[in-house]
Amino acid sequence: MAEFRLPKNSTYKKGKTWPAEDGATNIKRFNIYRWNEDDGENPRIDTYEVDLDKCGPMVLDALIKIKNEIDPTLTFRRSCREGVCGSCAMNIGGKNTLACTIDIAAYKGDVNIFPLPHMDVVKDLVPDLTNFYAQYASIQPWMQTETPTPSGTERLQSQEDREKLDGLYECVLCACCSTSCPSYWWNSDKYLGPAVLLQAYRWLVDSRDENTGERLDNLEDPFRLYRCHTIMNCTNTCPKGLNPAKAIGEIKKMMVERQG
Amino acid sequence: MSETKRPTSPHLQVYSWSLEMALSILHRATGAALGGGALLVTWWIIAVASGPDAYEQFRTIMSSLVGKAFLFAFTFSLMLHLCNGIRHLFWDMGMGFELEDTHRSSKLVLFSSIALTVLSWVIGYGLI
Repeated sequence: MAEFRLPKNSTYKKGKTWPAEDGATNIKRFNIYRWNEDDGENPRIDTYEVDLDKCGPMVLDALIKIKNEIDPTLTFRRSCREGVCGSCAMNIGGKNTLACTIDIAAYKGDVNIFPLPHMDVVKDLVPDLTNFYAQYASIQPWMQTETPTPSGTERLQSQEDREKLDGLYECVLCACCSTSCPSYWWNSDKYLGPAVLLQAYRWLVDSRDENTGERLDNLEDPFRLYRCHTIMNCTNTCPKGLNPAKAIGEIKKMMVERQG
Repeated sequence: MSETKRPTSPHLQVYSWSLEMALSILHRATGAALGGGALLVTWWIIAVASGPDAYEQFRTIMSSLVGKAFLFAFTFSLMLHLCNGIRHLFWDMGMGFELEDTHRSSKLVLFSSIALTVLSWVIGYGLI
């Protein structure tokens, strides 16, 4: 049964405010979720005042500035700083996105930053993605074939068949979509979630893959696939502009079509 | 997996609502409400079958303000569930998944269910 309220150990309260340095004129306040397992306290929201005149344009720039210059204990994942690695996925201003590709100027007033929603928190903005990756592994995300590889050439694909992978292969598995999905919030133990289902469709629709039937068998389940109720949060939030809801719709169509 | 009990990150508490999200939960809520509404219709049919006294009793209760509010909510539930249900049929055919389409169809579902609700009451009162 879905638990709509946060458990006792997860409710958060107001924390510390870190005022901007003297003389700062262009101040933006970042309210950031903090939790670490060492102090035994509940999560809290710390407020950091950042001088935007001395800060890069993206939310990730502000986070790095905070960590470098204000509070080195602030913990978050980041790597490529250009929307390719998917590490800095978090909930910013009520929507999941990548901190590196979202402009601070996109937010009026304070910028509220939380970890990806309804996940176990490892520390601060770092969620535990173990289950997410296990679900990804469960769809066997590699090409599976039965026919022998043609000799002297690769497995070829027409341009039209290759185009079917557009809008799918770009997914960086940042988990923004899955953790925006209320169905995934309530059933992440059984429902695969939009990111993993989009990846599943990426292999289902690949003309070179020969394991389509078994892949569909694996998804034909009241929870794994059909917990999607087209709430559309996934597509609304995808920082790469992809459409997981549509990919899931296509899988559901394939399920019907194979019944003949 | 972890030794310490990790907190669950905030979800409903922080996630910003969209019309799509609201219509989705309303679809479920109105679906449940229609279950209650079906009992109302059953009561009405039984009252009709049981004769003038039973029907008069039904009429009195349903003509009260509370009864009317109930009926109005029932009508709206029916229309919203119907309109959004039609949208689900299109989705099931793989149509209307682009963001601009869902934004447009969300507004269409909301406005047409309100319009149909008002229209049925206007017709019900014999105003047209």
